[in-house]
Amino acid sequence: MTGAIIQALLSHWRRHWLQLATLLIGIALATGLWSAVQAINAEARASYQQANDQLALGLFDELRDPSGPIPVERYVSLRRAGWQVAAVLEGPLRISGRTVQVMGVDMVAYPALPAVTQIEQSETPPDPADMLTAPGRLLAAPDLAQVLRGQSGLPPILTSDTVPPDLILTDIGAAETLLDKSGQISRMIVLPDQPLGVPPLSEIAPELERIAASAQLDAASLTDSFHLNLTAFGLLSFAVGLFIVHGTVGLAFAQRRAMIRTLRALGVSMRRLIWVIMAELTALALIGGTLGLILGFFLAGALLPDVAATLRGLYGAPVDGQMSLQPQWALAGLAMALAGTMFASGHALYRLARMPLLTGSGVQAWRVSALGQRSAGLIGLALIGSGFGIGLAFNGLVAGFVMVGGILTGAALTLPYLLSLALSVFHRRARGPIAQWVWADMQAQLPGLSLALMALLLALAANIGVGTMVSSFRLTFVGWLDQRLTSEVYVTATDNQQGQQIAQWLGQQVDAVLPIRSVELTHETGPLFLYGIVDHQTYRDHWPLIASSDDVWDRVLTGEAVLINEQLARRAGLWPGDTLTMNTGHALTVAGVYSDYGNPTGQAIVSMPQLDQIAPGADTRRFGIRLAPERATEVTQALRDQFDLPRRAVVQQAAMKAQSLAIFDKTFVVTSALNVLTLGVAGFAILTSLLTLWTQRLPQVAPVWALGLTRAQLARLEVLRSVLLAALTAVLALPLGLVLAWALLAVINVQAFGWRLPMFLFPADWVYLFVLTLLAAFAAAALPALRLMRFPPADLLKVFANER
Amino acid sequence: MNVKAWLFVLILLLPSALHAQGYAGLGGSADGFDIPKPGYQFEFPRDHGPHPSFRIEWWYLTANLSGEDGRDYGIQWTLFRSALKPTEAEGWQSPQLWLGHAAVTTEEAHYFAERLSRGGIGQAGVTAEPFEAWIDEWHMRGPDPRALSLSASGAEFSYDLTLTAQGPLVFHGEDGYSVKSADRQASYYYSQPFYDVEGELRLPDGDVAVTGQGWLDREWSSQPLAADQSGWDWFSLSFDDGNKLMAFRLRGGRGDFTAATWITADGAATPLPDGSVSFTPLDTARVAGRDVPIQWRVTLPDRDLQVDVSAITPDAWMATRFEYWEGPVRVSGSHSGRGYLEMTGY
Amino acid sequence: MLLNIDKVQKSYPGGRPVLRDVSLTLDQGQTLALTGESGSGKSTLLNLAAALDSFDGGEITLDGTALSSLDDCGRAALRRESVSLVFQQFNLIPSLTVAQNLSFHARLANREDTDWTAQLAERLGLSDLLTRYPENLSGGQQQRVAIGRAMAPRPKLLLADEPTGNLDETASATVLDLMLSLVAETGAALLLVTHSPDIAARLDRRAHLTGGHIA
Repeated sequence: MTGAIIQALLSHWRRHWLQLATLLIGIALATGLWSAVQAINAEARASYQQANDQLALGLFDELRDPSGPIPVERYVSLRRAGWQVAAVLEGPLRISGRTVQVMGVDMVAYPALPAVTQIEQSETPPDPADMLTAPGRLLAAPDLAQVLRGQSGLPPILTSDTVPPDLILTDIGAAETLLDKSGQISRMIVLPDQPLGVPPLSEIAPELERIAASAQLDAASLTDSFHLNLTAFGLLSFAVGLFIVHGTVGLAFAQRRAMIRTLRALGVSMRRLIWVIMAELTALALIGGTLGLILGFFLAGALLPDVAATLRGLYGAPVDGQMSLQPQWALAGLAMALAGTMFASGHALYRLARMPLLTGSGVQAWRVSALGQRSAGLIGLALIGSGFGIGLAFNGLVAGFVMVGGILTGAALTLPYLLSLALSVFHRRARGPIAQWVWADMQAQLPGLSLALMALLLALAANIGVGTMVSSFRLTFVGWLDQRLTSEVYVTATDNQQGQQIAQWLGQQVDAVLPIRSVELTHETGPLFLYGIVDHQTYRDHWPLIASSDDVWDRVLTGEAVLINEQLARRAGLWPGDTLTMNTGHALTVAGVYSDYGNPTGQAIVSMPQLDQIAPGADTRRFGIRLAPERATEVTQALRDQFDLPRRAVVQQAAMKAQSLAIFDKTFVVTSALNVLTLGVAGFAILTSLLTLWTQRLPQVAPVWALGLTRAQLARLEVLRSVLLAALTAVLALPLGLVLAWALLAVINVQAFGWRLPMFLFPADWVYLFVLTLLAAFAAAALPALRLMRFPPADLLKVFANER
Repeated sequence: MNVKAWLFVLILLLPSALHAQGYAGLGGSADGFDIPKPGYQFEFPRDHGPHPSFRIEWWYLTANLSGEDGRDYGIQWTLFRSALKPTEAEGWQSPQLWLGHAAVTTEEAHYFAERLSRGGIGQAGVTAEPFEAWIDEWHMRGPDPRALSLSASGAEFSYDLTLTAQGPLVFHGEDGYSVKSADRQASYYYSQPFYDVEGELRLPDGDVAVTGQGWLDREWSSQPLAADQSGWDWFSLSFDDGNKLMAFRLRGGRGDFTAATWITADGAATPLPDGSVSFTPLDTARVAGRDVPIQWRVTLPDRDLQVDVSAITPDAWMATRFEYWEGPVRVSGSHSGRGYLEMTGY
Repeated sequence: MLLNIDKVQKSYPGGRPVLRDVSLTLDQGQTLALTGESGSGKSTLLNLAAALDSFDGGEITLDGTALSSLDDCGRAALRRESVSLVFQQFNLIPSLTVAQNLSFHARLANREDTDWTAQLAERLGLSDLLTRYPENLSGGQQQRVAIGRAMAPRPKLLLADEPTGNLDETASATVLDLMLSLVAETGAALLLVTHSPDIAARLDRRAHLTGGHIA
């Protein structure tokens, strides 16, 4: 009996193979986009975690010399003073057109690294004498090891899959030779157990800076914003895909009603029918999900190199550009496909289960009552309202997401009602019979298209929202770079004495020499870096203040007040007029707050005399130099030559900016790729809706044709209708996208990262998106329209045929 | 497993190979390294310095101290040299590895610290003239070993001591050629057992001024143990009558091998052959999960000596990269006095 | 002569001939009933006369225009301007109200006469239904709307294909009476396809189609 039911149900798909294909593609797209994003996120996160674990990054305090490498003699003198430190020498190495990072650690002193443990516990552990003495051994992940083995002149390679990608781990002795940096150390890590009676760093190595483990840039937290973006995109894509599934399943169920009624009349119980249909949906979800996984795998594989490059470039977070297939990823993807399909089919199943045996017409009622649309609209409005309410009433990232979710869902539910309102206004104003018919017909068509249009709305809103956020971020970032990097050249001296010499030497030949001095203090909210500044127009003109009081600069420079960065302001709840108390006991009024993107720690600015009073003896080794931009290169070179400074001790502002921006732009390559994909899915949703509506369209169109319109005219009207609906949706998507952008910038970003981005509007982008939307709608309607244009009159006549 | 442990264990071979290979790899083969030979002419100050062509070498100082508080203390200061290759090189490429152990033992507690470094960059090493042995900030320094300043520190303790030799160097075995097995594995071995010590200990409970006697052992070899020897019990005892005894027992599959040196108060040394001294554990304590003998009966019939040797603190366990027991002892019986006991391979 | 069908031939796509050399004429103001067995080709002939479909041979001339000379646009214009249609399935435009449906064809043909349309609604008993949508009407009401829509442009020729085929007896009679009286009043010619001899009997002329020929 079940076999017969299945056969009957499946016969539907044989006759409607396009519907079947649409359904499977919908599931596959939803699963594919979601899984791709998940895979990218998981892969990237696994890479950071691996790198942190494997290289013991961020676990220990570090000593660095801001002016360049540390001589090995300094390491020995620290050791001989009792400081338990371990030396690390790092640097890039170009090997057959690819840049890899070499990390040379003192294998004798450095804490245990998993890669070394793995090698040592292998069946053929290397002789430690070989590891520690020339030529040494290089440890690398399998794929890099393969490349390295093909090179001549390198030490023997050992393979370890616990070494992060694109990194060569080796003893510091081998690294010296490899990098040609004899006697140099990049940084030292401070080991956890220090003996009694160790002299302070300022006495024995004043040029070194101690960087607390907590202050080191943690790749995982920095890249969170990036992953947040990707996840949001993944969810939206999933939702858009589910709209397709919902629409197709609904139509298939409606079309099978007659068959189901017949089956029930023949004695099949509703319970059994529901079970069989559930099994059918499960099978479809699994097939579509599997297709989606394949799609997602390749999509992630295609996008991952970009993501990896971005993360490496932006945050120095090592990410492997290679995808590996994880079983749990595949299982999660299939589960999402299954859950999504069931969720999208729930309504149809529910209606089917409640369908009375004897009533209900064949195909769904053509006109959905205005009441239904209005109540959906009211529910939508309620959702939007409660979304805002939750977002404003509660703090936290979850509340932020609930808000965005509420607004988006609510807006989607309100869309059909708003569209129908707009259409009835146009309808009333229409004069010609064709115009009248077109508007009326669009209104009638709306229920069938509304899901696709909701998908389009979400895709457009996401596009506008994320696009506005990224562009705002970029503009702010550029502005911030301009403001913060005002000096044309930045120089770091080896010590205070040289600093003085440099300042004197520069004094006669440049416009201004602005000392950059800072000390690390603590505040109850965490570390606090206190900077001193001299009075110069540069600060007054350019410093990016987001909140300020009267005479802010005068008050700061006379030592009455302090400026703090946004992070500290938000963390400590300090705003102009409040008082900042430092651990030194000094308390100053906050005169202003400035933006400080990407910096995890608190920062404050006081006048130079004030700095000396609060923390006497801060170094004077760094300077910003103001001069005519065209002289920057010349002065940079002169400084290097005159004071024998290493390259990184003298930096030109223009180069710094260009590099920062290049990195920034790369970050969002993936975002725009996903943007286009989401819009593509929405376009596909329109296409599938139009195709599934095709059979219902003929009875609408045929009488008009019979009354004297050509098929070409009708086809043009079909396209026009689709484009008009898309245009109306796009108009409604604009405010929604801006609300989304506002939520991302002002709520979610603040909750997640502690700083708020100002919002800028980019009307040119909207125009571009609008045109793109019309093109998508045009493309989606083109196929059905073409079909109509070529539809044989004899087939149109069948609509009128008596024996229909 | 810690990388440094791995390095050192591989240098000194794996603990699991202990029974086959001798304690901490001291029974390994000596390829490329020099081997001690009888009839060696010691030359000072040269031989106070390192011998890189031998695989292993140590500067090993222990001292029994009395505090101004009337309590007994012991300190240890050891610098091991272990060579990966029988050469020396500049910079990080040096195959010479250095390992420092320092400890303070009170009547209740045992504090220790460990340091590891490689040669070549100046972080650790030994120079003969002027004499200095150092690793990180730890040092044993003087114009020559007759007068030394000694310091070491760990997370919980530190000490600064001055040592003044009151007697001559003492050579063990056949004029410093010390045989360690029936197969004549051997090392070069001499001592300075006549230090007067004074100085200060910094302990978690506060500083304490101390005075006492110290004993420096110098030993180098490339393969001092036979492959089947698994560990040793080593005694350095100073009796109240001014005589001293260095005695050890190497435990192994083919029976124990013993050797000893009787040292009179004026520094005259008499080597005592295998079997002269007998060692009987009287009591064991559970230390670091092992049963370690902390009370011994040592008899030397030639000298009418029968003494009980007992640890001041049973828990003098050095939980370092290779683990052993090292601590001060009290001596009673036919002779009374104090000394140091080292036990490995338990 | 309003409609001249001259030796028209038409085959289905499979090649099976439906009409073989059918000839028929209809003058202004005349009514003609076309009868025949199911599948005899009467609907096909009607569709050809309405310029809804093309034929393989012969010629149809409507109000002086040879249909074979027309392209898609020309045929659409002819349908708009000269012919009105009433079908068994009513074929109203579901998205438009009764009022909009009524005036739709007339407005397409640019011949809207609101008085006439209102009069039609009145006479067809639709005045109270003007704001309704077709799905809310009974079959008889829908067909009355279809007749109204067809008559609103005052066509020269009304083509009706089993206009009462889907209606019960009472509704049938009403619809037929209304249609005939309106045709008579406006002077339109009527070509009506039916299988009912009773209905055929009420028209001026009768033609019987069998085996692809007019008998």
